[in-house]
Amino acid sequence: MKDSSEKNIIEEVTGSEYKYGFVSDIETESIPHGLSEEVVRLISAKKGEPEWLLEFRLKAFRYWQTLKMPSWAHLQIPEIDYQDIIYYAAPRTTSDKVKGEIDPDLVKTFDKLGIPLAERNELMGLAPESSQGTAVDAVMDSVSVKTTYKENLSKLGIIFCSISEAVRNHPELVRKYLGSVVTYRDNFFAALNSAVFSDGSFVYIPKGVRCPMELSTYFRINAKNTGQFERTLIVADDDSYVSYLEGCTAPIRDNAQLHAAIVEIYVHDRAEVKYSTVQNWYPGDKQGRGGIYNFVTKRCLCQGVCSRISWTQVETGSAITWKYPSCVLKGEESTGEFYSVAVTNNYQQADTGTKMIHLGRRSRSTIVSKGISAGHSQNSYRGLVRVASEATGVRNHSQCDSLLLGSDCGAHTFPYIDIHNETAVVEHEATTSKINEEQLFYCNQRGISTEEAVGLIVNGYAKDVLNKLPMEFAVEAQKLLQVSLEGSIG
Amino acid sequence: MSNILLEIKDLHANIGDKEILKGVNLTVNEGEIHAIMGPNGSGKSTLSAVLTGHPAYTVTSGEVWYKGKNLLEMPPEVRSREGIFLSFQYPVEIPGVSMVNFMRAAVNEHRKYRGEAPLNASEFLKLMREKKSLVELDNKLTNRSVNEGFSGGEKKRNEIFQMAMLDPTLSILDETDSGLDIDALRVVAEGVNKIQGPHKSCIVITHYQRLLDYIRPQIVHVLYKGRMVKTGDFSLATYLEQNGYDWIKQEVGE
Repeated sequence: MKDSSEKNIIEEVTGSEYKYGFVSDIETESIPHGLSEEVVRLISAKKGEPEWLLEFRLKAFRYWQTLKMPSWAHLQIPEIDYQDIIYYAAPRTTSDKVKGEIDPDLVKTFDKLGIPLAERNELMGLAPESSQGTAVDAVMDSVSVKTTYKENLSKLGIIFCSISEAVRNHPELVRKYLGSVVTYRDNFFAALNSAVFSDGSFVYIPKGVRCPMELSTYFRINAKNTGQFERTLIVADDDSYVSYLEGCTAPIRDNAQLHAAIVEIYVHDRAEVKYSTVQNWYPGDKQGRGGIYNFVTKRCLCQGVCSRISWTQVETGSAITWKYPSCVLKGEESTGEFYSVAVTNNYQQADTGTKMIHLGRRSRSTIVSKGISAGHSQNSYRGLVRVASEATGVRNHSQCDSLLLGSDCGAHTFPYIDIHNETAVVEHEATTSKINEEQLFYCNQRGISTEEAVGLIVNGYAKDVLNKLPMEFAVEAQKLLQVSLEGSIG
Repeated sequence: MSNILLEIKDLHANIGDKEILKGVNLTVNEGEIHAIMGPNGSGKSTLSAVLTGHPAYTVTSGEVWYKGKNLLEMPPEVRSREGIFLSFQYPVEIPGVSMVNFMRAAVNEHRKYRGEAPLNASEFLKLMREKKSLVELDNKLTNRSVNEGFSGGEKKRNEIFQMAMLDPTLSILDETDSGLDIDALRVVAEGVNKIQGPHKSCIVITHYQRLLDYIRPQIVHVLYKGRMVKTGDFSLATYLEQNGYDWIKQEVGE
């Protein structure tokens, strides 16, 4: 009975357009495509980097050359020609910008994306302590365009700037922490990123400081055939706190583009970091053409006692996502949390999850993963919970739910549990469900359209995760979930 | 009393290849309560599903006019916004969606359709409180997900609560009495009666007279094998209660 009507509904609902797909007509300076030692040196030279950083890049590059792309994920990745990618592209005006001035076209681009590059509170004469705003580091292609509220934050000793600037102004900090959580030997994409990383954000919160506003980085890919390799480094010193947000979009292009980022977070004693991502890279079209390949290594080292990290991610974009924000819980009584909603539609593929590595005694972790698959997409949760032999009194709770919309998509769960201490309490729960015709008809009969019904049901399903996002982000994320799934029902 | 609200003419409908409705005729005027009775499998629930636009059913021929408009051309959500409400025989559970959010979406869609501004939170909660008391619906239920973990009786009360919230012109109660004990039946029926008005109509689908003692229809029909085979006043319901359906089967030639 269902076949024909199910198909109709699916066709009806799969009609939404990617809203951030525009291209900005901004002159770009880029280097020739291809990757070699010369290219690595060229990137480093363009950024005017010190010798130690060039060495770091070269070591990573040489190591990368010995590696093969990993194939263990539940993903079908078309062959990537790493010599066909441009590894550095910068909006031209920024390279010769006068201090404090940005190209109006760039401001327009970020305005269009809803990212303010002007500091509202400054205009209103508010001190950062009293503000509820968000400081933004805006990154386009390979360079940081502008970081807002930098001066205000620096009065508290908080460093928030692009990583290139941090290399220049705070080399001792960058040198100490860069690669300390994710070494260049970690994996194929980490090695690649370490060799060619362009820009990204650097955050340092000094001892005892609670960062008074949300810090955020907005990543935008604009240039064609360019890879984006950003690198974010966050250090939270003893007793500090910061909430950090990350957003990303890209134009609609027929060819797939590579994005291979690293995020490293280092958390000292009793410090707490909340890291939220709303990932909305261009997902490719309905036939699966184009889109971003999102191969990201994110890891947090909870080095200090009672340190805390909380990852929250809403993944709706990218043609392929390969991403496992992880927690190394080394400090005693440290806490790691991972809250994830991953949506795949059309021909998108996602293999995402987390790793909780319990090294510290009485360390605790929570995993809540909500996968939503529609269209012809494939959505996998992959997670590891490891408890080291010396880590007594560890607790973990994992909850992995999958929701299917339609009958041509797939949901998969790959939990790995590796326990070496018998005092550990590790729980894993998993469910799979499907939005069915009767639920939708029930909503319709009450006057709610199918699209809105899907939005209600999906947001209800993802509620536990969305609640973890900062307020203004949560509203955006709810809308995004609905838009990503428009037309995808059955 | 003479304004026609709903007019069904020679309606045929299938599920898959199987014809269930084989030429149904029915006229419901404003302010009337009709009962549709009949043995299992005669097409009663199919009729309510077809009237509300369930996608699993296909209308193969016939017409349905509602408020002078062609009902069969409207998608299900528009039929709802036009004032047709179905109290489901088996209300579905929608995990994760709270009754409050669900009802707010529904009420505001109806308001939007009428060109009215959405209710703000306090107006909406006031409306909820008011209507909950009509069916003595427990407060805790509206904080839960839609129908999740509700008992059979609670689900039925919840249907009538939603009916009160949406204030329909034509209500279809599909075996709302099944699974209700006598006290719940009385509460639900009283709720329905409070919602009824001179310009509102109701179609009550049931096997038994007991619900009709509370919601008293002016007109009683018997649906059998996809056709209306008998129409009468309330006494027909009483006669059926005493004599069953066998005499009808004989009358139509079995």
